[in-house]
Amino acid sequence: MSDPKPASRTSPLFLGRVIQGFGLYLLLCMGAFLFLIPFVWMISTALKEAGDVMKFPPEWIPQPILWSNFEEAFTQDYAPFDIFFRNTIVITVTAVFGQLLSASLVGFSFARLRWWGRDYLFLIVLATMMLPYQVTLIPVFVLMKTLGWIDTLLPLIVPFYLGGGAFYIFLFRQFMMTIPLELDDAARIDGCGTLRLYARIILPLSGPALATASIFSFLAHWNDFIGPLIYLNSVSNYTLSLGLRILQGYGGYGIQRWNLLMAASLFAMLPVLLLFFFSQKYFIRGIVTYGVKG
Amino acid sequence: MTRAVRSKSLYAAMRPHMAGWLCASPWILGFLVFTLGPMLWSIYYSFTEYPLIRAPVWVGLDNFRYMLREDKFFYNSLRVTTLYAVVGVPLHLVVGFLMALLLNQRIRYIALWRTIYFLPSVVSGVAVALLWQWIFNSDFGLANWLLGLVGIDGPSWLLSPTWALPALIIMSLWGVGGSMVIFIAGLQGVPVSLYEAAEMDGANALRRFWHVTIPMVSPVILFNLIIGLIAALQTFTQAFIMTAGGPRQSTHFFMLHLYNNAFQWLKMGYASALAWILFAYILVATLFVIRSSSMWVFYAGEIKGR
Repeated sequence: MSDPKPASRTSPLFLGRVIQGFGLYLLLCMGAFLFLIPFVWMISTALKEAGDVMKFPPEWIPQPILWSNFEEAFTQDYAPFDIFFRNTIVITVTAVFGQLLSASLVGFSFARLRWWGRDYLFLIVLATMMLPYQVTLIPVFVLMKTLGWIDTLLPLIVPFYLGGGAFYIFLFRQFMMTIPLELDDAARIDGCGTLRLYARIILPLSGPALATASIFSFLAHWNDFIGPLIYLNSVSNYTLSLGLRILQGYGGYGIQRWNLLMAASLFAMLPVLLLFFFSQKYFIRGIVTYGVKG
Repeated sequence: MTRAVRSKSLYAAMRPHMAGWLCASPWILGFLVFTLGPMLWSIYYSFTEYPLIRAPVWVGLDNFRYMLREDKFFYNSLRVTTLYAVVGVPLHLVVGFLMALLLNQRIRYIALWRTIYFLPSVVSGVAVALLWQWIFNSDFGLANWLLGLVGIDGPSWLLSPTWALPALIIMSLWGVGGSMVIFIAGLQGVPVSLYEAAEMDGANALRRFWHVTIPMVSPVILFNLIIGLIAALQTFTQAFIMTAGGPRQSTHFFMLHLYNNAFQWLKMGYASALAWILFAYILVATLFVIRSSSMWVFYAGEIKGR
């Protein structure tokens, strides 16, 4: 008999405790069922034949199991998913890199260097965190148009090299504040310059902040929809998010090819799920400490 | 000679500050180019008619007048967005809190349970919207299959003006794991000594929950409330992908209206005006919540009556 001792520590009766424990596990199982079944549903649909998708009640185990749906989703000539995948990788990798590099440098400046105007500028950093992106969306779009960057990947990459966003600066600054200041003094006495201090001492000690920031930055760029939607026009520049929309629209109303759509969606989700399973600790820490969600 | 000395001393005075400014310069440049500048432009655009292919033309308050008097989608989009936030966010808090209470018990395989409940909140974007569009398919979808198991003949969800918005709210609850995790951290921060003291005073489990747990985690409730509210008022992707605002405008969110004006109809001036209204709305809603919080949020370090 398992002994699920509830935190309430009230029921003196053993039987009462067992029933309470049983109820608890029953509730947990029901909840888990509801939270996981959409994933199961998605995988099941992704592996079905087109005809079997439209069966009710649904068949949970596809017969036959059609792995070729993934291949077919990838080789549509109207929606070249290999290109979408490549574009998404290019944007995500370069934007995450820029965001981490510049936000950590700026955060370093706010946390470890003393300079005139620093605290006022930091207040501005905090204030911009409250500003919803919609306010700057249109003028930035006009700016990108003026620069001739529409229908290139640049608007989705370059801005992140300039500061990387208030939230990430804040994240690095808060973490770097916790590193003992004596380290800087010791390094300075040994003749270490500012950039070396950043690159050789502070940044290597900021591992947890880098991990948290890279996860959330990755999620933001990988899942971004409105950015690619307004900046990219030609199919050859599309990201996975936009590619899914082509696939969605192609079936026309009522005759969506749900098996292919689910296969492609699953594919787009897979890197995120893998990242989650390998770095759960940082996910949870990031959410608890900074209250963010991809 | 003296000039050289003075410029040298100025240089000497500035030198210690240079490194800091230089390291912060990417952000300073980015702030000017991508935040402050665009903000000023956006204010200007909101008083112009700007179809993108021609230069902006000053029209004074016409955009705001049109918004309040003639735009028949404006009030509806405010209504839809508000309804979604007012129903969805408290629901989110309650469900997230209950789940946190459940997962804060002493149970076996606690890490596994938490992972299961947290997992859906890490995925987002178009793929999730498509998955839920399929789940809410009225003929072959998972939602109506589940309802059928308990003998309910499910509605046509995204095709029904009554059920499309509730469907989006249900979908958002799938991602409740984020707030749950924050609540768990809050619950674990409540000192055990408070419970023991209450127990000695003869408080039963319910009273301990009401008089110890709730006040102690109320700052976390406020935090989740504000974050959830801001996100809900900016809802876009789900509505764009799953319903495109329909049926009969029942999911025509404010952000969808803004997007259509800006990028479908190229009314950049009017869309800028809408953006400022959204900003004002978010600001007022957030301030209202923060103001009201003095009545229901308890800070352990705070001295009441000051």
